[in-house]
Order: sequence, then C-alpha cells, then structure tokens
Amino acid sequence: MDYAAVVALQILSGVATLVIVSLGLAVVFGMMRVINLAHGEFLMLGGYTAVLAYGRGVNLWIALLILPPIVVGLVGIVVERLLIRRLYGRMIDTMLATWGLSLALIGGVTMLFGNSVTGVSAPLGNFSVGQFHVSVYDIFLMFAAMALSMAVWAVLKFTPAGLLARGTMQNAEMASALGVAPDRVYAVTFAAGAALSGLAGGLIAPLSGVVPTMGTAFIAKAFITVITGGAAMLTGTLTASGLLGSVSTIFTFLTTPVFGEVALLIVAIVLLRLLPRGITGRFLRRSL
Amino acid sequence: MTPGARTGLEIGGAIIVAAVAAVYLPQLLELFALINATVWVSMAVLALSLGLVWGFGGILCFGQTAFFGLGGYTYAVASINFGDTTWAVPLALLLPTLLAAALGYLMFYGRISDVYMGVITLTTTLILFKFANSTAGDQWNIGEAPLGGFNGIPSTPPLNFPFAPDQQMVPEQIFVVAVICLAACYAIAKMVLRTRFGRVCVAIKENELRAELLGYDVRLHKLALFALSGLMAGLAGILFANCVFVSPTMFSLSYAGQVIIWVLVGGIGTLVGPVIGCVLVQWLTTYAGTLSWIDPNLLLGVVFMAAVLLVPKGLLPTASGLLAKLTGRGAA
Repeated sequence: MDYAAVVALQILSGVATLVIVSLGLAVVFGMMRVINLAHGEFLMLGGYTAVLAYGRGVNLWIALLILPPIVVGLVGIVVERLLIRRLYGRMIDTMLATWGLSLALIGGVTMLFGNSVTGVSAPLGNFSVGQFHVSVYDIFLMFAAMALSMAVWAVLKFTPAGLLARGTMQNAEMASALGVAPDRVYAVTFAAGAALSGLAGGLIAPLSGVVPTMGTAFIAKAFITVITGGAAMLTGTLTASGLLGSVSTIFTFLTTPVFGEVALLIVAIVLLRLLPRGITGRFLRRSL
Repeated sequence: MTPGARTGLEIGGAIIVAAVAAVYLPQLLELFALINATVWVSMAVLALSLGLVWGFGGILCFGQTAFFGLGGYTYAVASINFGDTTWAVPLALLLPTLLAAALGYLMFYGRISDVYMGVITLTTTLILFKFANSTAGDQWNIGEAPLGGFNGIPSTPPLNFPFAPDQQMVPEQIFVVAVICLAACYAIAKMVLRTRFGRVCVAIKENELRAELLGYDVRLHKLALFALSGLMAGLAGILFANCVFVSPTMFSLSYAGQVIIWVLVGGIGTLVGPVIGCVLVQWLTTYAGTLSWIDPNLLLGVVFMAAVLLVPKGLLPTASGLLAKLTGRGAA
C-alpha cells in the first residue's frame, strides 16, 4: 500500500517535471510555430542564475523562483531581436539557428563558469510514507506545475494581452489589419516563453544539478512532449506530459531508468503514427 | 551540354579527384593525419547520404546517425563473431537499410508532416543512443561480442581482404577503400537522380500534391529514397568503425546535429556541397579544439548562426550563384 502510494507520487512528479520543462517550449511553438532548440540552454541559464544568486547570499526562494525568469526573459528579448525575428516563417532555418545558439550558449557558459557540476540541495526536507521517504520538494514541484499551467491559461483566457496573443496566433494578417503589431506580439510571446524556461531551470536546479550541458538532457524530451501534444499548446502539453510521464516512470520502476526513457520515446513514435497531428489534432481540438 | 553528358562529366571529375586523393594522400600524410582523413571521408559519406534524402527528396531526417551507428555496431558485432569481415559488411549495410525502410513505412505511409518526421527520426537515434549506453555488462554480449555500454567496442576489427581473415588492411588501404566508397556513393546518387525514379523524387520534393495527382506513388518513392540513404549512412558507419571504433556517441544528439549542419553549410540541393561542408566544419571543429582562448562549442555555434543568417542556401549554391552573376556580367 505504501509502495503503491510512493509509485503514484513518483508518477505524478515525473509528469510535473515534464510539464515544467516543456511549457516554455510549448508557448513559443504553439503561438509562433517556432521550434526553439536553445530551449534546453534557457533552462540551463535559469539554473545557473539560481545557483549563482543563491551562492551570493540571495534568499533561496527568490533565487529559485524570481530571478531566473527575469534574467532568461531578458535573454529571450535579445535573442528574438537578433536571431528569431529574421527567420519568421522559415521553420527549419529557425531550428538550425537556435541549435547554433544552443551550442554557443553551452560554449560560452563553459568558458565563464567551467565544466563542473554545481547545485543547490533540495530544500524543504523529506516526509515518510510508511518506510519510504518522499522529498517535499517533489510535492512542491507538482503544485508549481499546476500553478504554472493555470497561470498560462488564465493569462491567455482573461487578459487583454492574452486575447491579442490568441488572435494573432489564429490569424496574424487579420490581427494586423485590426491594428495589432504581430511583431510586437511575437517578441513578447518569445520573451514570455523564455521566462517560463528560465523559471523551469530554477525549479529543477535543486534536482538535477547545474552543468553547461544540462539542457541536452531535457531538450529532446520537451521537444517530443510538445510535438506529441499537438496544436493546442496547453491541453496538448498537459495530456502529452501526463501520458509520456506516466509511461516513463512506470517503466523506470519495472526495469531501469534507461528503459523508462526508451519507453517514453517509443510511445511517442507510435502515438505520432496513430495521431499524425498530435493528441490535440484529434481530441479536444477546440481547447487552448 | 546535355544533362546526361553533364552527369557523366561530374562523375568523371569525382573519380579523378578520388583517384588523386587515394594515390597521393597516403604518401603525403603521417599516419595519424591519414586516420583522421579517413574519419573525415566516412563523415563525408554520411553527409552525402543526408544531402541526397534532404536535398532531393525533401525529407529532413534528424536521425541520420541512427543508420550510421547501426551500421557501425552491426559491422563490429558481426565481424567479431564471424572472425572475418567479408560477410559482416553486407550485413551491416542490410540492417540500416531495413531500419530506414521500416521507419519510412511508419512515416510516409502514415503521411506524417515534416516537423513530426524530424521528431520521429531524432527519437529513433536517441532510443538507440540510450540503449547502447545501457549495454554494459556480460548479459549484453551478442555471441562473442560485448556491446560494452558507454565504452562501446574498442576491439572493433579492421577490414580484411575478402575471404582472407588473416590479411587485415593497414590504415593506408582503409583510406583508399573509404575514398572509393565516397566516390561510388556520389556516382550512385548522381545516376539515381538521372533515372526516372530520381526525377520523380525531385518532383515530389518540389510539389508533393502535384506529383501525387499526376499518379505517382509518393509514399513508395520517398520510402525507396530513404532506404537508399539509410544504406549509405550504414556504409559511413562501417568506415567510421574502421578508423575509430564503435561507441554510443555515434548515435548522439551532437553527431545527429552536426550532419545537418554540414549539409546546410555546404548547400541543400547539391551533392558536392554536403561533402565540402563536412570537411570545412570538421576542419573548423578540429582547429577550434586547439584554441585555448575560446570554447569550441561557442565558435561552432556562432558559425552556424552566421551560416543560417548570411548564407541560407549554403556555400556552394551561393558561390556558384555569385560566379554565374560575375561571368554573366562579364559577357554582357
């Protein structure tokens, strides 16, 4: 019974991690049809921001939750200006340019901070379920994933900025004719996506440790989750994370972490064969 | 000049270049540089295989390394078990081709669009990467060959002359074989593109719907071209295994990315371009590795961003476009 509870918690926390690391990519892809392969490095920058700020004596929660999105959001603004803006509508070129950016960021951070693992230990301690110990931070991550998804949903649904963003997403020309500047909407969207990635980096920093190459561990998973999710960015990411995260965690328990990842990838392939437009290409099509 | 004569001329040129390289480079280069050159040639075959399927079939395969690595691993495992590389080579060409055909069936007959195709191929190579990394220990022996997990198979045997297991090739001979393979792949690709099949593939790349409405089986053509490119990538894997050894990095994300960069830098829609791009980027990577003041990744990343922004068509088409402009102006 205790074991079942722990497994269930682990599944939920696997799903939550997937939601957190995918959300920034999903916003950028869902709104702008831009696949940002430097997403993993945005996470990494968020992680570094958190660790460096904490090392300089900043309060842990400010270092984890406040500073990373601000810093990485600013980076996002610069990247959009210099790189993404020149490549709108050229999906493959954008992917390749952001891949270059990802390499450059890995290289730059390695030069600045070296190639060693740093990190902060997970705060909040443990509680026990029977004979098992569960980290409270894992539970915190589940609530963070929920809060983030709800925040994105609320911003898109209820604020004027969200309305403009959704309108531009549906029909950029029409929005432009109605007096909205799509360029500006895209710039803000990209910065918001980058900020979400930065926040994700801060959130997972206590779990994964921070190295210049930490992004590569997440980019493939996030990419696959977002694509499997399909057109509706929030519902798609949530359903895909739910499915892929559970499969991966269950297989990790049954076999090894490696086969957990392999199972995740195989399920994604089969799913795309059955639903070529992603989960929300078939189900829940009118959702956000 | 008729297109046929042009193809003949290009193939002839490639054969001459290959012959010169095969005769003179082993005399000029030291052993280490020669082995390095063999690695570059094997990479060039890989670049060519992607250049074919991306530039002429419009199929952006993110996981060309899946076939590359599978070719290498099959070759290593089979030649250790057979004690002779004669039958290991055809087997190592067959398996990647079959994998490409199976993947192609999933993707093309499922009518999956290009972004999703990128994800599926990338995922495949990542699965193989993860799997190969987890095969440490004795339970992962195939026959007499240990898969070796993260370390790969350091005892990958070099090629021997056909049916003569004790006559192993020396690095000079392997270099010659690699150059011949590269020239042969180029010639085969050129000739395939001249056939009716090849021209239908190009038509599909230009406008898939129109080709389909004209009655061509789009799915079958894409499948066949994809399988051919899988075969070439497998060959590249065999050559690579001969000068380094097989290890999970053959499947890794960074290799998978580099192949795309080579083709992009060299020029999509050409066959020489990917080879040039491969050699240039390899040279740059090696050179960047020797610099102490800058991280190689940083330099490479900046070059890629610049390549996409400044020469989006790739070096070769941009250069030949400039040349045509200059000579055209000169004539007028």
